[in-house]
Amino acid sequence: MSLDELYKEVILDHYRTPRNKGRLDPHDVALERNNPLCGDEIELFVRFDGDTVEGIRFEGKGCSISQASASMMTEKVEGLTVKESGALADSIKRMMAGEEEGDVETLGDLVSLKGVVKYPVRIKCALLGWNTFLEALQEGGKA
Amino acid sequence: MVSLPLDVETLRKDFPVFDTLARGKRLVYLDSAATSQKPHQVIDRMVRFYESENANVHRGIYELAERATIAYEGARESCARFVRARSHRSIVFTRGTTEAINLVRFTWGRANVHAGDEILLTEMEHHSNLVPWQLLAQESGATLRFLPIDDDGRLRVDLLGDYVTDRTKLVGMGLMSNVLGTINPVRTVADAAHSVGARIIVDAAQAAPHLAIDVNELDADFLAYSAHKMCGPTGAGVLYGREDLLEAMPPFHGGGEMIREVYPDHSTWNDIPYKFEAGTPNIAQAVGMGAAVEYLEALGMDAVREHEIGMARYAMNALEAAGAHIYGPKDLSERGAVISFTLGEVHPHDMATIVDQEGVCIRAGHHCAQPLMRRLGVPATARASFYIYNTPEDVDALTDALEKCKEWFA
Repeated sequence: MSLDELYKEVILDHYRTPRNKGRLDPHDVALERNNPLCGDEIELFVRFDGDTVEGIRFEGKGCSISQASASMMTEKVEGLTVKESGALADSIKRMMAGEEEGDVETLGDLVSLKGVVKYPVRIKCALLGWNTFLEALQEGGKA
Repeated sequence: MVSLPLDVETLRKDFPVFDTLARGKRLVYLDSAATSQKPHQVIDRMVRFYESENANVHRGIYELAERATIAYEGARESCARFVRARSHRSIVFTRGTTEAINLVRFTWGRANVHAGDEILLTEMEHHSNLVPWQLLAQESGATLRFLPIDDDGRLRVDLLGDYVTDRTKLVGMGLMSNVLGTINPVRTVADAAHSVGARIIVDAAQAAPHLAIDVNELDADFLAYSAHKMCGPTGAGVLYGREDLLEAMPPFHGGGEMIREVYPDHSTWNDIPYKFEAGTPNIAQAVGMGAAVEYLEALGMDAVREHEIGMARYAMNALEAAGAHIYGPKDLSERGAVISFTLGEVHPHDMATIVDQEGVCIRAGHHCAQPLMRRLGVPATARASFYIYNTPEDVDALTDALEKCKEWFA
């Protein structure tokens, strides 16, 4: 996939119209993380219902890749169990590390993040939301 | 086209990197504020050192070692001349500006800055002239203060009277900002510092490649600069220090070369500048730095400066026409050709990635000046920085690529 397509089709869509943007109240975990090198910022709010990620919202500012990736993530993990969502985050991290192909069936739009792999300095932008989410699972005592 | 005082077309042939492509396109290198490209005169000089002069310096009795020492000390003379230092004794080779500043922190700083003292910096310092003083302040109990800038990125020298006090022990400031391009009135600040008995250390990493520097005119007590931003190699830099200050300072690193006599329980120190050069130095890099000085001297620093004023004028006009917001002073006599800008809602990282597709290398981020970015109220900017080998064609390539950014994010 060319950079052009990657940005235009999926990432720009989520960047312009982010899903699940805003605070979530009440929440079980609120976690703010940034990318010190770039200034990308994400604040993630997560609410659990037992072992399910019942609600997730984010606030943030930064480049299109960081914000779009977080937007896509919230869409995907909401309603999944902690185990499923954690496994998905791990799988995205492996895909971005080039260790895993990334399956269109399971990942859907998220596969578009793979286009970032060939721009190594941008990978940390794409993973900011996901790493924050994995931390949020830990903080919530879920992982 | 603008008329430029350097024969850039010929000069570009000195830089082998321009024979390579970037993303399959003509390399448009606009990140010289991070590090400059290297002419073959510098590269070849280092190769020649390794091929026909390589030995350790100051130690060998044999002729080859003499040649190595002559090359190394010749480079020191060149580096002294480059900043109009009166003696080579004022020139300490370091691995760069950061190490030079840290050297002052650990030697002069520890000996002279105590609890209750103040260290005055500016709001536009690079982390390399900020973090060492934070560390010194933390260990000594001294207080850091910051001379503000105005909204055009100029130092508020009108406030010096409030910021330079009888508690001020050290003033640290950059000669040229690596973000805003601002050329700072160092002499004015130095006079204020000296009026209360304080010392001034000047971070000239960004200025040395672009401006003729005279440490006496600036009345700098210390001044640091790096080879790699001025056509030289990485791993070499200079701390200029006033001789009487260097003489009085304790050593930095301990080891070979910096000693005179060593006993089991104590040692005596070598003369300056060798007292501060423990261990085998980066000899070939220092020799390369000397070659870089000679390369720039042959061009003439006045011509370099004039070229860059022309480039800054052309670039600022073109960027403004493209809809960019430019930070820093507008007056070209107050700034260098390092231009930070933003473009509407396009995030600088996206911008850098998109223009990279066109072979254009720009920097995006906080440029190692996070407090300054907070002062400007932006998390990041894009930065295009120009040097002797850049042409108006490079600016055009950038603005063409910015049009692509605008299309994408329209």
